[in-house]
Amino acid sequence: MELQSLIYLFVGISFALYIGIALWAKAGSTKDFYVAGGGVHPVANGMATAADWMSAASFISLAGIISFMGSDGGAYLMGWTGGYVLLALLLAPYLRKFGKFTVPDFVGDRYYSSTARVVAVIAVIFVSFTYVAGQMRGVGIVFSRFLQVDVNTGVIIGMAIVFFYSVLGGMKGITYTQVAQYVVMIIAYLIPAIFLSLQVTDTFLPQLGIFGQTTFAFDDGVRVIPEGTYLLHALDTAVADLGFREYTEPGSLWNMFLLTVALMLGTAGLPHVIVRFFTVPTVHDARISAGWALIFIAIMYTTISSVAAFSRVNLIKNVQNVEYKAFVNGELSHIDGTPNNGSWFKTWETGGLIAWNDKNGDGKIQYSKGDAFKGKPAFDGTNLGVNGERLTKNALPLANTGKIENELYVDNDIMVLANPEIANLPNWVIALIAAGALAAALSTAAGLLIVISAAISHDLLGQVVFRDKETGKSTLTEKSELMWARIAAVVAIMIAGYLGINPPGFVAQVVAFAFGLAAAAFFPTIMLGIFDKRMNKEGAITGILTGLIFTFGYIVYFVFLGGDKADYFLGINPTGIGTVGTILHLVVAFVVSRMTPPPPQEIQDLVERIRIPSGAGDAHDH
Amino acid sequence: MSPEKAQAYWKENISAILKLLAVWFIVSFGCGIIFMEQLNAIEIAGVKLGFWFAHQGAMYFFVILIFVYVKTMKNIDDKYGVHE
Repeated sequence: MELQSLIYLFVGISFALYIGIALWAKAGSTKDFYVAGGGVHPVANGMATAADWMSAASFISLAGIISFMGSDGGAYLMGWTGGYVLLALLLAPYLRKFGKFTVPDFVGDRYYSSTARVVAVIAVIFVSFTYVAGQMRGVGIVFSRFLQVDVNTGVIIGMAIVFFYSVLGGMKGITYTQVAQYVVMIIAYLIPAIFLSLQVTDTFLPQLGIFGQTTFAFDDGVRVIPEGTYLLHALDTAVADLGFREYTEPGSLWNMFLLTVALMLGTAGLPHVIVRFFTVPTVHDARISAGWALIFIAIMYTTISSVAAFSRVNLIKNVQNVEYKAFVNGELSHIDGTPNNGSWFKTWETGGLIAWNDKNGDGKIQYSKGDAFKGKPAFDGTNLGVNGERLTKNALPLANTGKIENELYVDNDIMVLANPEIANLPNWVIALIAAGALAAALSTAAGLLIVISAAISHDLLGQVVFRDKETGKSTLTEKSELMWARIAAVVAIMIAGYLGINPPGFVAQVVAFAFGLAAAAFFPTIMLGIFDKRMNKEGAITGILTGLIFTFGYIVYFVFLGGDKADYFLGINPTGIGTVGTILHLVVAFVVSRMTPPPPQEIQDLVERIRIPSGAGDAHDH
Repeated sequence: MSPEKAQAYWKENISAILKLLAVWFIVSFGCGIIFMEQLNAIEIAGVKLGFWFAHQGAMYFFVILIFVYVKTMKNIDDKYGVHE
């Protein structure tokens, strides 16, 4: 079957599946809507958490980022998985025992303060919206690349699907859709990875492929690296020949350390991940569910590291010193006589992910360190050069001092998206990647939208606006709160869609933003709420505000207002600043709490209860 | 449950968490970052050990750690009779 029809078929089947699940798992109560009724099996919850967690960026971009970062990319791999250890050991079981619906619920109750609750609601909404904007954009991009529709139309189709299953099914609907989405996503990621591993190293498991030896000789432009060289040796030699730091050679360990800490703390503090542990029946289940989530995540993340190495070797092997025209027309062969068909280059050049700027006019592609031109490619309409390449209007950078002048622009995303074509895999694998990338983006977007809607309907309306002053209880009936939750979800989807169509121009930095803020705002306050009985509302509120304002200010100043790198505090990148924000939060909260009165006795009793698993019961309403 | 017993339970819980977090720190920040360059001197089939910890090894240990934690806590819960 033709590629385009296959893509429609695969994406269509997966969407029908999600909608079918949504109809089956319709939410009937607020408890269904917020925590899926509290009866999700820990393995299913682990799978849903993994899908919730792994976003469009993990699926499409991470392998490419690591491919170009090399050793330092380990910060992302360790950071985005190590956070689950913190979550399992320090937060999840106790929050499950606490047994309410949302993160602001915990902050508001534990710190006996509506102010604390409102601060938490604002932080939840801010963190979740920054994150969801990137997901909707991701949905739009996948649609435009694979289904040849406009990015904006793609965003709207994505909104409609998410609308259907999250508004109708709430947490219950998205939990079971996420289980299906995980399966789609992991199959779509593993199949091309296994083929790639077999091709490059003749090893079935990609995780073991990095221990393998190359199955081919290739020319890196400086020398021929013989067949049978250990993969990472071949890669180290090749990238060093091209003027890059060796692939396995670490860069700044200090920044790698801080980034890893910030990503771990952020992972443990992200509200849409935390809330997943409210959905399992018992404290024991909450612990074990974190383990399952991490297994499901690690299956993909350990593969990502190998895909990164394979695709960098493949890139150099395929494009270095090849004649552009013959390459894209499929007329070339490798040293060993196997065909080197570059039609993928043409496909992704059209999509703007790769570009060639023939600086020396020899008609051949040269790849090395340095920029082919300044910035992202600004194509000169549909004008083509003498060899048929798309021309760019970008200014030229200064010549580099290496042996080879770089002529190639490569977007990170191509390392995953173009792999099936580079590896000559059948069309259905490409169709599978489209469905997988959409599953990754939609599952994360839906999880975030539920958190936003719960923060508004449950915390803001139920616990602050419609709070009865005498009884302290919500005056909303179950039915009207559920209606408000659905309305809030609709509004949240509209805003997310708007942000997806009109991205605020910083989608790339969103990750640093969301993680830094989650780390600095939530992780310390929840942890102290459990482990420090003496922590009071004064300490918590000043702590959250200090962490938020410091991290927010630092990122805004250096990323958006053009702050000078030379002024970095202790040389810390904005991506790692959440670590400092977290430390400030802890210190301020501790000092302020010791200078103000201890929390009331009933709160201290509450902390005692949270610490002991027995009697967890159901997640209950107020 | 008496306050003394609750306190003893909490103390055992904290000590279990601290031990596991020590391992967590060693396999990720220790082997994967701080001592990466030293460990990189050791090489297995072309893969430097420090690099492996940062790119794969730490993740395997993380998974094991959580399941060890589940088991440890279950034993402590049973000992104090606080399981659900």
